[in-house]
Amino acid sequence: MQAKKRYLLVSVGACTLLLAYLWGIQMGEFQNQESPELYRVSHVPVIQPRTPHWLESLEPPRQTYLGEAEQEEDGPLLLHQHTSPRERREIQKNIYKSRRCRMEPCFDFGRCERGFKIYVYPPQKSEAPSESYQKILAAIEESRFYTTDPNEACLFVLSIDTLDRDQLSSQYVQNVRARIQSLALWYEGRNHLIFNLYSGTWPDYTEELGFDIGQAMLAKASADADNFRPHFDVSLPLFSKDHPQKGGDKGYLTLNNVPPLRKYLLVFKGKRYLTGIGSETRNALYHIHNRDDIVLSTTCKHGKDWEKHKDARCDRDNEEYTKFDYQELLHNSSFCLVPRGRRLGSFRFLEALQAACIPVLLSNGWELPFSEVIDWSKAAIIGDERLLLQVPSITRSVGHDRILALRQQTQFLWDAYFSSVTKIVLTTLEIIHDRIRMHMSRSRPMWNSVPGGLYALPEFSSDPTLFPFYYSPLGKSPSQDFTAVIQAVTPLQYQQQPIFKLIHAVAKSKFCTQILVLWNCEKPPPPRNKWPSISTPFTIIEGKKKTMSGRFFPHHAIKTDAVLSLDEDSVLSTNEVDFAFIVWQNFPDRIVGYPARSHYWDSGKGRWGYTSKWTNEYSMVLTGAAFYHRYYHHLYTYYLPMSLLSMVDQLANCEDILMNFLVSAVTKLPPIKVTQKKQYKETMMQQGSKASRWADPDHFAQRQSCMNSFTSWFGFMPLIHSQLRLDPVLFKDQVSILRKKYRDIERL
Amino acid sequence: MCTSGKYSSRGPALIPRMKTKHRIYYITLFSVVLLGLIATGMFQFWPHSIESSAEWSLDRRSVHDAPLVRIPVSSPIPERGDLSCRMHTCFDVYRCGYNPKNKIKVYIYPLQRFVDDVGVPISSTGLSREYNDLLSAISDSDFYTDDVSRACLFIPSIDVLNQNSLRIRETAQALAMLPRWDKGMNHLLFNMLPGGPPDYNTALDVPRDRALLAGGGFSTWTYRQGYDVSIPVYSPLSAEVDLPERQPGPRRYFILSTQTAIHREYRVELERLKEENGEAVLLLDKCTNLSQGLASIRKRCYKSQVYDYPQILQESSFCVVLRGARLGQATLSDVLQAGCVPVIMADSYILPFSEVLDWKRASVVIPEEKLPEMYTILKSIPHRQVEEMQRQARWFWEAYFSSMKAIGMTTLQIINDRIYPYAARTYEEWNNPPIVKWSSVNSPLFLPLIPPRLPGFTAVVLTYDRIESLFRVITEISKVPSLAKLLVVWNNQNKSPPEESLWPKVAVPLKVVRTKENKLSNRFFPFDEIETEAVLAIDDDIIMLTSDELQFGYEVWREFPDRLVGYPGRLHLWDHEMGKWKYESEWTNEVSMVLTGAAFYHKYFNYLYTYKMPGDIKNWVDAHMNCEDIAMNFLVANITGKAPIKVTPRKKFKCPECTAIDGLSLDQTHMVERSECINKFASVFGTMPLKVVEHRADPVLYKDDFPEKLKSFPNIGSL
Repeated sequence: MQAKKRYLLVSVGACTLLLAYLWGIQMGEFQNQESPELYRVSHVPVIQPRTPHWLESLEPPRQTYLGEAEQEEDGPLLLHQHTSPRERREIQKNIYKSRRCRMEPCFDFGRCERGFKIYVYPPQKSEAPSESYQKILAAIEESRFYTTDPNEACLFVLSIDTLDRDQLSSQYVQNVRARIQSLALWYEGRNHLIFNLYSGTWPDYTEELGFDIGQAMLAKASADADNFRPHFDVSLPLFSKDHPQKGGDKGYLTLNNVPPLRKYLLVFKGKRYLTGIGSETRNALYHIHNRDDIVLSTTCKHGKDWEKHKDARCDRDNEEYTKFDYQELLHNSSFCLVPRGRRLGSFRFLEALQAACIPVLLSNGWELPFSEVIDWSKAAIIGDERLLLQVPSITRSVGHDRILALRQQTQFLWDAYFSSVTKIVLTTLEIIHDRIRMHMSRSRPMWNSVPGGLYALPEFSSDPTLFPFYYSPLGKSPSQDFTAVIQAVTPLQYQQQPIFKLIHAVAKSKFCTQILVLWNCEKPPPPRNKWPSISTPFTIIEGKKKTMSGRFFPHHAIKTDAVLSLDEDSVLSTNEVDFAFIVWQNFPDRIVGYPARSHYWDSGKGRWGYTSKWTNEYSMVLTGAAFYHRYYHHLYTYYLPMSLLSMVDQLANCEDILMNFLVSAVTKLPPIKVTQKKQYKETMMQQGSKASRWADPDHFAQRQSCMNSFTSWFGFMPLIHSQLRLDPVLFKDQVSILRKKYRDIERL
Repeated sequence: MCTSGKYSSRGPALIPRMKTKHRIYYITLFSVVLLGLIATGMFQFWPHSIESSAEWSLDRRSVHDAPLVRIPVSSPIPERGDLSCRMHTCFDVYRCGYNPKNKIKVYIYPLQRFVDDVGVPISSTGLSREYNDLLSAISDSDFYTDDVSRACLFIPSIDVLNQNSLRIRETAQALAMLPRWDKGMNHLLFNMLPGGPPDYNTALDVPRDRALLAGGGFSTWTYRQGYDVSIPVYSPLSAEVDLPERQPGPRRYFILSTQTAIHREYRVELERLKEENGEAVLLLDKCTNLSQGLASIRKRCYKSQVYDYPQILQESSFCVVLRGARLGQATLSDVLQAGCVPVIMADSYILPFSEVLDWKRASVVIPEEKLPEMYTILKSIPHRQVEEMQRQARWFWEAYFSSMKAIGMTTLQIINDRIYPYAARTYEEWNNPPIVKWSSVNSPLFLPLIPPRLPGFTAVVLTYDRIESLFRVITEISKVPSLAKLLVVWNNQNKSPPEESLWPKVAVPLKVVRTKENKLSNRFFPFDEIETEAVLAIDDDIIMLTSDELQFGYEVWREFPDRLVGYPGRLHLWDHEMGKWKYESEWTNEVSMVLTGAAFYHKYFNYLYTYKMPGDIKNWVDAHMNCEDIAMNFLVANITGKAPIKVTPRKKFKCPECTAIDGLSLDQTHMVERSECINKFASVFGTMPLKVVEHRADPVLYKDDFPEKLKSFPNIGSL
């Protein structure tokens, strides 16, 4: 029994030993695995060889990151933690100053409650500002925001020229600091806007301006993202002193080649800096220069003592440099390299943009021009200076469709925001304007698609579907109805007056939801019962100012997208109205009308001429009978300057020409003429009432001179000729009239 | 015997004793041994077996099994983080490399449990459910790599989502201990609740060197634009509550406030707003009278009225999202999910993913100071726009807020876009909800350009063997002033084109290209010989078009270079009886297609037709030897959203040679076949892209009572 017991105990003991041994090994292995991590982890990177890297746990953790107290948003347990919001705002105003400025603490919104008005300080007596700064000030003074009263101003602009702050430059203005401090309205720079193109100087080209801008906003070229105060400063493009005040040259793209490839893939021709800031990138360009489709040519030959720093490649580079013509390269390349120079931005950027040469940007840290609103990825390739060697493969990998789109976008952006100093200044102002009316500002697509932010006024509506430009990109279409707006200038006398016929004809159109009569006659409007009885809603609006421009006032009563603008003596049939409206729905951004006029260049007199003769082409349609989008009422009233509007009012003429100028400037397209019964013109001239302005001999001469005044304000001639007229599909075809939908148009 | 007897006599006595004394001992011993063996076996073999198989799911250790790492007190602490960091200064782009996929590689560190010198963990919660979800999602994505040497971005598995649960100094030390830390270069941290009492910093307080921060609640002063990523504060309710999408439109309430931690000052202002506007405003607060058991997070109260949260959010057009101690609020996520338009009042707040998302389309941002004006501001927004915003809000939630996965993937995509900016997702891809993507049309020729009259157009004549007629066509076209070049596409493989001397003498270059197969598609091939933008496709039997008609057609094309400009127009109609599309030819008042027997169009469409035609349409056309013109009309209308332009009264192309065959029966089979094409193409395109118009283009003075010789295009033919 003892033996048995002992045997049993021994075996149990042995088992235990074995187990202990196995455990020991196991634990040992475990320890061996773990110990190096424990002690050596900070010295040696331990790369675990096993696939599961960070771990998937047996059961996912149940605990949410919010924790218990956090579940109730910030935890009211914390005694309502935060200080009073009002106090906090005050504190922020004191903390976040100068370099840390943002709109809320540094900008006094209170000043802008009466509208976005800009005051320019009176000019300095001592010296005239530079040419560029004069252009900037002129652009502000001509804009719709300008005011001469500092009390109603929201934004202040200095008359001291701050464009060139390079101390070595001849245009450097001395004593800016003292001069600014002496301004009565300076208030540490609050609500001030300072323009600058060049800052800092050789050798380090910092962003130093040489004076304290305080809480003023800075509109600056070559802005460095480091110092740029987002949503407070504005980044400008660098432009030369020859940049035109207005209008500006068109982009060079006149047609879309397919395939969109040009002779060269990528080009650059410019200076190379042998030493100092920004030299690395340009000095490395020769690595990817292949003399074939990538031509990157540099020269060392600039500045006084270039030969001192001359390197081994200089002579060869200089020689090759003369072989290539900058303009030839620019216009025959798909991509243009825009590397940083001494400063981040360069003239080259705008030159490439205008030439429809897609910029390839190599300028790390550059806050691109108007980056707050412009989506540059749609018009440029944004590269990295560190990855110069990848540039060839990146540009080669851009697909044809993308090149086509990028190239068109360069042209759109050039024309919308950069082609003149006025556009650059207005864009700057509109960006600031958008910040002030945050909930009523342009959306990003409005800035980045045709016709651009300067023509899309957010005061009209914050809803892009209400504008005539975005139906197709948003997948929408204009509303199926229109409002007829009739301009009445003669008192009602007899029932056969043309206006009665007109009202009946228009009211019969199934698309007409409303008729508005703008009563612009000295006598009071007759009561409703004197007017024709029609079922369509009928309203008489008596203008306060009975002026010509009043006919394009954006009355709230106009709710439909389409407006049919009519003179009281226009003669139209329901068929004509219906057809024109159907046509307009396909071209909601244009004017669609009946009688057309044309402009021509009178080379003898060196000015634009106006003709009402029957011609093979036209560039205007009269707004005495035309469909257009109601947005153009808004644009006409608020976009155009007082000078032009009052000219129209004084002459009581040309309002239709101005409207055609405006719409063509926006769309870059001609209006559309639809067919009409032929007696229109004759009726206009003869049957019209005594007051008809068409009978006046001065009338024509006035229109001629209007055209030239308008052209000078726009800075270019926006009108464009068209050679076609839109007719109903079966117009005058030799088939039974019964087959035709628009029969009355053909009947005489 | 005796002994045995003894034994046997003692035996029974022994067993009970053993029962009491040793049995338990033995049994325990044996079970310990057994368990030990099993455990050993498992320990020994299981992990090894997974190492060989790459199967993820088998390796499911517990969080608590993660290796323990002790942080020495003297372990280095990273620097606080440089506010001037940008991608080009603090990010090592060389690690990401150039690759054709333009995709960054992301490495996730193995999970470790960090404890301080005395064994206290650095975080009170450890790995949270959300961070676990986030890491799982990333490791399941295309971004993930397990090869640390190929990684461009590193993500620590240290959970810093909520700063409150962290010991800041130790967490920072733990970060610095990561093997590839290297001053935080290319490391990405996710944090949703930054700062702590009393002043609540707007960025994570943990010192982190140059690491990128994906943070919820950045202010403009802590956010490093173009470097950090602003992310939402995830709402765990998203996973718990299913709010079905509601049709956009007016709701029962106009403004709703459901936040419980609103500052007294703001609550007073909100209450005043409610007094002024009555029923339109609903102002909810925490419930005070609920019994303990109910989840207070899911209830809100107005006086004694109890509302379900977040369901109540769906009953309002606008929902207030006010800042609390922190700028980022989880409520924002709930509000978006409910399709309610958030009214965000948090000055200096960087909205989630604002680098790519256009918040103007989904929210209203109002300065805190303007809170009392909220009602007036919101009332000024047009109804249509509010509906768009409601839809957009919901779509933002679905695409970018709904889960930790969505948040993680969006963050990585944003960083990816910065590293490969030339391959970045576009504004439209980020912001257009599917319904807009589907219905919107962005024409590839979007710039309003009227091409100059020069360099003219290239006429592409498709021919098989009708030489006489071909020569007549060539002679006729050559009279058109703007013709720049003639290209004859010889589609007959059995016969050579006539000798050069036999061709009519024309003033412009004439080229003949021979095709390999007799296919209709050949007429739309983008031959290199076509050097002008404008192409006139013309059949070899179209001899009736006058020179004026053709020149006028070209002039019209210049005014509409993105459209098909042709002569006879055709129409598609919906046949209600048959429930399908029908082809209609002459004498209609409407037009939706033009025949390409003679039509001007942009050369770009040749590329589209040849290389981008959807589905099997091209093969169908070649197999049926018909409908290539309908296909072209579909293609152009689909991509531009515009109708073709019919010019002049021309109704059909009379071809003298064809009249021999019985017109009528030919006509009928022809119509049936063409109808079939329309139905086929509509199903391939998934929609009916054709647009119907009621106009045609004529010269300005067409049929006007005016001397013919003064008209530019007097000779416009008849039908």
